Parts: sequence; C-alpha cells; structure tokens
Amino acid sequence: MATINELKESMHSGSSEEIVAEYLERIEKSKLNAFITVAKESAINRAREIDSKGEKGMFSGIPIAIKDNISTKGIQTTCASKILSGYVPPYDAHVIERLKEAGAIIIGKTNMDEFAMGTSTETSFYGPTRNPWDMERVPGGSSGGSAAAVAGGEAPFSLGSDTGGSVRCPASFCGIVGLKPTYGVISRYGLISYANSLEQIGSFATCVRDVTMLFDVIAGHDSRDSTSVDRIDTHLDARTYASALVNDVKGLKIGVPEEYFDEGTDKGVENSVRDAINTLEELGAKSQIVMMPHTKYALSAYYIIAMSEASSNLARFDGMRYGLRTEDSDWHTTFSQVRAAGFGDEVKRRIMLGTYALSAGYHDRYYLKALKIRTLIKQDFELAFKDVDVLIAPTMPYPAFKIGEKIDDPISLYLSDVDTVPVNLAGVPSISVPCGFSGGLPIGMQIIGKHFDEAAILRTAFTFEENTDFHNKTPEGM
Amino acid sequence: MYENRDGIMIGLEVHVQLNRLKTKVFCGCTTDYHNDPPNSHVCPVCLGLPGALPVINKKAVEAAIKVGLALNCRVEEHTQFYRKNYYYPDLPKGFQITQYDFPISSGGYIIIEGEDGEHRVGITRAHMEEDPGRLVHEGTIDKSKYTLIDYNRSGMALLEIVSDPDMRSPKEARRYLDKLRNIVEYLDIFDGDLEGALRVDANISIMGGQRAEIKNISSHKGAEKALLFEIVRQKNVIRRGGIVVQETRHFDEAREITLSMRSKEEAHDYRYFPEPDLVPLKISGWAPAIKATLPELPDARRMRFVEEYGITDDHARALTSELKLAIFYEDVAEKADPRTAAVWVCDVLKGELNYRDMTIEAFKKEHMLSIIELLVSKKITEDGAVEIIRALLDKGGSPEEIVKEKSLLKVEGDIVSIAAAEAIKENPGAVADYNSGKEKALNSLVGAVMKKTKGRADARTAREILLGKLR
Amino acid sequence: MITKKDLEHIGWLARLELSDDEKEKYTPKLNSVLDYFNELDEVDTEGVEPTYHVLQLYNVFRDDEPGIGSITQEEALSNAPKKQDEFFKAPRMM
Ligand SMILES: [Zn+2]
Repeated sequence: MATINELKESMHSGSSEEIVAEYLERIEKSKLNAFITVAKESAINRAREIDSKGEKGMFSGIPIAIKDNISTKGIQTTCASKILSGYVPPYDAHVIERLKEAGAIIIGKTNMDEFAMGTSTETSFYGPTRNPWDMERVPGGSSGGSAAAVAGGEAPFSLGSDTGGSVRCPASFCGIVGLKPTYGVISRYGLISYANSLEQIGSFATCVRDVTMLFDVIAGHDSRDSTSVDRIDTHLDARTYASALVNDVKGLKIGVPEEYFDEGTDKGVENSVRDAINTLEELGAKSQIVMMPHTKYALSAYYIIAMSEASSNLARFDGMRYGLRTEDSDWHTTFSQVRAAGFGDEVKRRIMLGTYALSAGYHDRYYLKALKIRTLIKQDFELAFKDVDVLIAPTMPYPAFKIGEKIDDPISLYLSDVDTVPVNLAGVPSISVPCGFSGGLPIGMQIIGKHFDEAAILRTAFTFEENTDFHNKTPEGM
Repeated sequence: MYENRDGIMIGLEVHVQLNRLKTKVFCGCTTDYHNDPPNSHVCPVCLGLPGALPVINKKAVEAAIKVGLALNCRVEEHTQFYRKNYYYPDLPKGFQITQYDFPISSGGYIIIEGEDGEHRVGITRAHMEEDPGRLVHEGTIDKSKYTLIDYNRSGMALLEIVSDPDMRSPKEARRYLDKLRNIVEYLDIFDGDLEGALRVDANISIMGGQRAEIKNISSHKGAEKALLFEIVRQKNVIRRGGIVVQETRHFDEAREITLSMRSKEEAHDYRYFPEPDLVPLKISGWAPAIKATLPELPDARRMRFVEEYGITDDHARALTSELKLAIFYEDVAEKADPRTAAVWVCDVLKGELNYRDMTIEAFKKEHMLSIIELLVSKKITEDGAVEIIRALLDKGGSPEEIVKEKSLLKVEGDIVSIAAAEAIKENPGAVADYNSGKEKALNSLVGAVMKKTKGRADARTAREILLGKLR
Repeated sequence: MITKKDLEHIGWLARLELSDDEKEKYTPKLNSVLDYFNELDEVDTEGVEPTYHVLQLYNVFRDDEPGIGSITQEEALSNAPKKQDEFFKAPRMM
C-alpha cells in the first residue's frame, strides 16, 4: 500500500486525477461498506483543478477519507444516523479547512457507529463495516469505516474521532496506525459532539510517518474552540511533529501498567505486547511496572460521563432545522416521535442512561461521582508519569470479534473499551501501532504519553516500526 | 408606614438584552438584526448546527460586571456557564447556556420610590445567558396551527436579573422596572427602545399563599396590568375557599389576563451541568477596574442636579429618570437658566411628549434653547411657547418659523390698551360686576382682551392696563 | 433498579417516544448497565474534587467583532425539513 510520500512521488510522473480515480475504483469494487458517502464528482473535479494549477501544498492532490461525524461543507454528514440522513453542512470543520488548505481531496465520508457510540461499527444505520482481514469480523469502532478504508487500500489516510478509543480500537483491529492526541490539540469545531470533554479528532494511516504528517496539518489552536490550545504549550522543540520521528529510544523509560493485562486479556495479545516491550528494551529503552489502581473504575466513569454529555448534545436533533421530520402533531409529541424514528437502539439507550445520570436525585450518585473518579484516574497517570516517559499496554484486550457476537449485550461490548477509556478520562495522547498477530488477526499496542508530549509517543512508535515488520503485512487480496 | 394588607409579595425576573454589544454572546453574528429578514443573521453556533462550539464574548462579561456593580452586587471571582436542559422550538440546541452555581454577581439591591417613600428591593443575583430565537404564532399560542421560528435573536447576550420578593404592589413593581431600565441605560449597554429588549417574568403571592409565575410580559405597563389581574384572581380563589396553586401562567397582553399553562411541561428537571465546551472564568481583579469606569448613575446625577443647578428634587428626579432626558436637560441648562430650563423641559415638554407617546429624541435641544431665549426676552408669551412646542412636535419646522407663521410675537402696549378699552365698552355687565366688588369679573375682561389680540398679549400686562382703566 | 414507569419518565425527559415493546426490551438492559455502574459505590471519593475539564484552562474569550462565521439565510434554511417564507416551520405548540 502506498504511503503519502510514495503518492507524492508518483504524482511527478502521473496525476492527482489518476490517483483519485484508482482509489475511487477500489471503493466501488469493495465489499467492506467503509463509506457512507463517496464524493466522486467533487473529488475528481478538485483533482483536475490541482493538476491544472500545479498546486504544491503538503497533501496536494492526495485523497483522504473523513469520518462521517466531521462537518464537510456541501457533502452529506450523517453520523451514520437516520436522523441526519440528507443533512449537508453549510460549513467546514476546522480540520477540513486545514486539509483543504494543504490540498487534500476529500474522497468520501466513512461509516461509523451511530453518533460514534460503539466499538464495532455495527450500530450504523447504513449497515456494518467489515474488517479487511476477515469479512465476518468487525473493524472495531466507532471509526471503523476510516480504519477499514485505509487497511483495505480505499484511502491512503483518514480522519476519525476518539472519545473512548474510537481511533485506537479500529486501528488495532485493522492492523494500522491510529493516533489520539492530547485533549485540546486539535480543534473540535465542526466535529459533531458525542462527549465533548473526552473526544479528540485522530488520524489513521498505514505507518507512523503518515499519521504524523496528517497530525501536523490538523493540529493547532483554533479560536472557535474554547478548549483548543496553542502548540507553543507542547513539549515540542522543533516546528513540526514530524521532526520527532527519530529512530532512537535509548534511555526511554517505559511504564507497564499491569492493570491493563488482566485476566480478560487474550494470551496472544498479551504475548505480542510484552514481546514489543522487549524489542524496545533491546533498542535501548528501559521498562518498569507502574501501578494504576483506579483503572478498574475507568469504564463506568467513562460511560457515565459520555452518556450524560451525549444526552444533552443530542437534544438538538428535533427535526426543525435539519434532519428527519415525521408527521406533525403538537411540538413535544413531534419532537419525541422524530427521535423515536431517527435514533437507533444504542443511541436511545445511551441518551436514556445519560438523562437518568443527570436527573434530579441521581446527579450526585452517577454524574458527579464519575467526575470524581475521573480525578483519581488522572492522578494515576500523573503519578505514573513522574517515573516514566511513556506507558505501553494492549490497545484492545482481544483481536477483532465476529459481527453480531457482542451487539446484543451492552456490558460485554462496553468491556472491550477497558484499556482505551482511561486515556480519554485523563486527556493524555496515545497511539496504537501494529505489534503482532493472533489467529491471523492483527494486534495493536498503545503507547501513551504525558499531556502535550506527542513527540515521545511518536518517536517510540516510529522506532518500533522501523525495527519491526508488522506494519508491512496487509490483508489478503488488498 | 405602608400597610400591605393583602400580604402581597412580588419578585421579578428581568431579562435584559445586552443589545449595545456588536455581536451575540457566543458567536460573531451581529446584534443589528431588527430591520432585517428572519434568519438572516445566523451562523452554525446560534443556529445550533451539529459540531458548532460557543466562545464567550469578552465585552458581554464586562457589561455583566458593570450591571452587577451598578446594582450593588458582589461580583464573583470565579464564574462559569452551565447547560439548562429543556426543549422549546426557539432553543436550537435543546439546552440553554446559562449560569447556575457561581453566577457572575449576586446579593445586591436598588432603591425605588415605594408606596411609603424610598424602598429597598434586594437583587438575588444577576447572571448571564443566551437568548432563544423568536417564535411567531398565527393568532394566539393556543390556537395557532403551526409555529414559525426566526433565529436572528438566538444567542443574543442576556442578563437575567432576579429580585428578592420585596415589592408590595404592582405600582412598586413598575417603579422597580423603570428604575432598573434607567440604570442599565445609563451604563450604555442597553437600548430599551428595541423590540424584545427587556422581558419580565413575575412571581406573585398573596397572604402567604403559593406563588404564581407569570411569563410573557414585555412592557412595564404590562407588568403592572398582569400583576393587578393576578391579585384579583388570587383573592377570588381564596374568597371562594380555594387554594392558590403554584403554577406558571401566561400573560395575554391583548386581553390583559393571565392564563394557566398547566401541562406536562410543568414537570421540569433541567439537569444542569457545567457546559463542557466553555472553560471557567477567573475574573478577580476585573471588578475594580470596571468600577473605575462606571458612569454616573441616576441617583448620583439627581443629587448633582439639585446641587449644581438649584432645581427642585422632584424636577431632578423626573429629569434623571431617563438617560436621554437627563442629557437633553444638561445640554440646555449649560446655555440657559437652569431653573427655567427645568420647568420647560420637565413640566411642559415631557408632558407633551408623553401625551403623544414620543421620546425626547423627537425634540431638538437648539429649539428648546430658542424658545427659552424668546421667553426670557419677553418676545413671546408662555402660552405662545407652549404653542410652539406643540407645533414642533406635530408638524416640525423651527421656533422662528412657527412664531412668524402663527404671529406669536408679543403685541405692543398701545394695541393692548385699545383692546382693553374696547373690551370695557363691549362688556358693561362684567364692568358693573367688577365695580360691585366681584373681582373675578376681571378675568372675563382679560379673556376678552386676549381674544382680541389672538393671545399675543401678555395676560399680566392686559390685567394691569384693565385695572388702570377701571380705576 | 428502574421500573417500567421510571423508564417512561426518562423517555419523556429525553423526548424519546417508546413503544411497549421497547419499554420491555430496554428496562432490563438499562438495569444491567446501572448495576455495573454501581461498582463505583465502593470507591471512597470523600474530599475528591470532580474533574470537568482535563486541562486547567480558563478565561477564553472572543473579541466583540462581527462578521466571523455567519452564513446566508439561504444556507441557514437549506436543511430545513419544513419552512414557510423565510422562517423555519415547527408544529403547533399545544
Ligand atoms: Zn451566530
């Protein structure tokens, strides 16, 4: 599969139009269902324009796939929900503006769990996305379409969003690289909110360098997002994150949180991740066990906070200004009916649980309690990072599961997120990279860093990748 | 001491739109939408489009602090925004960004002219929030077949000023509203003449009973009317042996009655939680700096007027009751005798304006100066001056033109003398009456002289000349 | 433990019309999740401050300058399922 630099290279002899056409053809032939909307016409037109003008942006003429919860002016944005079917945003998200300035071409909008609520991309109104490594298995979620598209060769790179693991999980299940940055580093303006205080836009690609190049283009302060921070706050010495990509981990202190290797973890996953840590030690890093005693409670705290925020975020979907509208009766009844018809089961469940967690008499017991647990989780990280530079753990406790295997049992599905959600509660950055296979399915390990220390995790990931071969394996027939 | 026999307790929640800001509270849309088509000044933020995020207008926070200080409130060092979750078609996000715990200011008071002299009304809190859009119903809200929505107003900065239940009559409520409006206008953050600028919810209970909340009041007069109706309604409930229930009622301005809004909506559970898309404010240190820039407020200006211009307290109070009026007066008083100016601005001009439902902006201060000049130099009579003011308001023009057009220049002494002689000759009855000791008969002779001179004679001169001739 | 009646109330609060089928289906599922959440009861959070924002940001403002980000009336109304003249059209209130 071609990297960004290879595509840029090939453009010297060929054209953007050829590249775009090639990806469009693969999307057309694909059975993955990775896309909800393919922006065929606008992509080709834009490619021709770039070819004729000879634009020289960072990504000029290179196609990118965008998760369908990121607003794209003039291209349908549904959040994989029936309620937003046909909604065409009149504005671009901040990250889309940045990508367009860099010359990237939006090739389509990718499938996802409805409103990003899921771990498998099975809750989409537009049907499940399939895993390129095994068509019977899920690609992970919620950004499953973005990950499957990259792993399946339908886009060289893509954007997702990570609220509780929604970039790292599908990166792990699909055998590619996925980065969730520090909270606040990428503007959320235009990202359709699921849980505002937890989520960040993240990037997918087949290698660490491409993920980093993409991150470099979309990161940075935006005055339209009050929680966005300036890059001058970061630990970065040089002007770009790409400058952190040095093949060297000598003296790096790795923390290994044993809580992330509990009995629910697949043996193949555990072995691969421990082998990966050994590899890094052989390259000069040092590892030590760290204690993160509140990890066990992260899952409940995460779900309570996410559902509470979601219950309020999704209140705007009333069918008045955009989206689905059912037959009118009185306003409150119409409102309830629009939502009954427009939301899927999992979204309804989360709205109801979130409403309950915030309601009079339960607010302190659930919502406030969860926020206090969040403080304890955050302290776990702060304490661990006093001794180490990065933490390494499995991204997911097991490889991709079968479509339909967990969808009817919310708890078992939620439990899949046990290793990813603490990162979002603490707001720290984490990258998932391929580190092995179990039963022919890819395994991902996550490298977690301190706030704003993306440089450390990128360098660690890059060094691991340079010295191993896992990222070069591609699914059969792709 | 005022005896509040019905135990009336009125508290008001006043929504003041910070409409002198250039932009809305969380987005860059203009506040200047009043003459434009619906939904023409909106953006993803104030339209509640998916993915849009709010950012606080710094000037709105400064304005809120100004108001807090002017209302003698404590301005908090730490303040933040919350989501109030409820649903109405004018609320594009399905929640309102408002304040809950940690409002920007609280614990103040203002002094109003109460039933028994100066009366202190406590201010519970004054907090910031966003305005919903505007709904248009065909006919009345309960009969309309559909609802139309205009989001131009959505996201305007509001201050909700909540009073303690300290008012004891509808009249006091109205005085409170007048005073509050006056204060916020003095602060230069608010223009009360714009549509929807100030909206009121009133809480009222009598005789220690439950309180009713009356919504949809859009004028000071409306507040007084709604409260008067509500007192009668609650008294009737009690008189018939019933109990006043706690409920929300809707004021029907056209019919001047309040209607029960009892419905499922009553079961409110707002599920407040801190707005995750906004960060907290730490504004310690802002208040002293802003306090130093506060303009002179109505009470201070009133005292200064009495001292500086030597006018009566009643005149000073009336003249400072509206910022624009006070400025008008001061401009005139700088160049003319302040006491004469007070009489003519306050007693005459204000009355004529009120009669016509006009504001002071309809009258030029240069015209007032000319009129006073004509009066002081005795070129016109007081009646003539009133006539000029009326003509200016009704038809426009300049005082000089009107004087010429209506021949209002005072007539000379011999013409008055001739008119007096004629009046005596033509009214022998009145002359006889006067001579027999009925002094009032002189008035009808003065009237006759005025009629003959078409009002251009000075009444006092006419009286003197008549007396001389009758002696 | 939430009952079917609680669920109806939550459904009303959240403006989600629920069929009888859905009420039957959701009640046990929601209870199983809430049961799971109850594990948080065992954590002593006495004296622990809640974390609303992971970053200690405060005082983020915008200048009072118009014209940034506004869209046209046509764009504003472009996604409306129902409109009348230049307004969005909602159902009757009562
Ligand atoms: Zn706006």
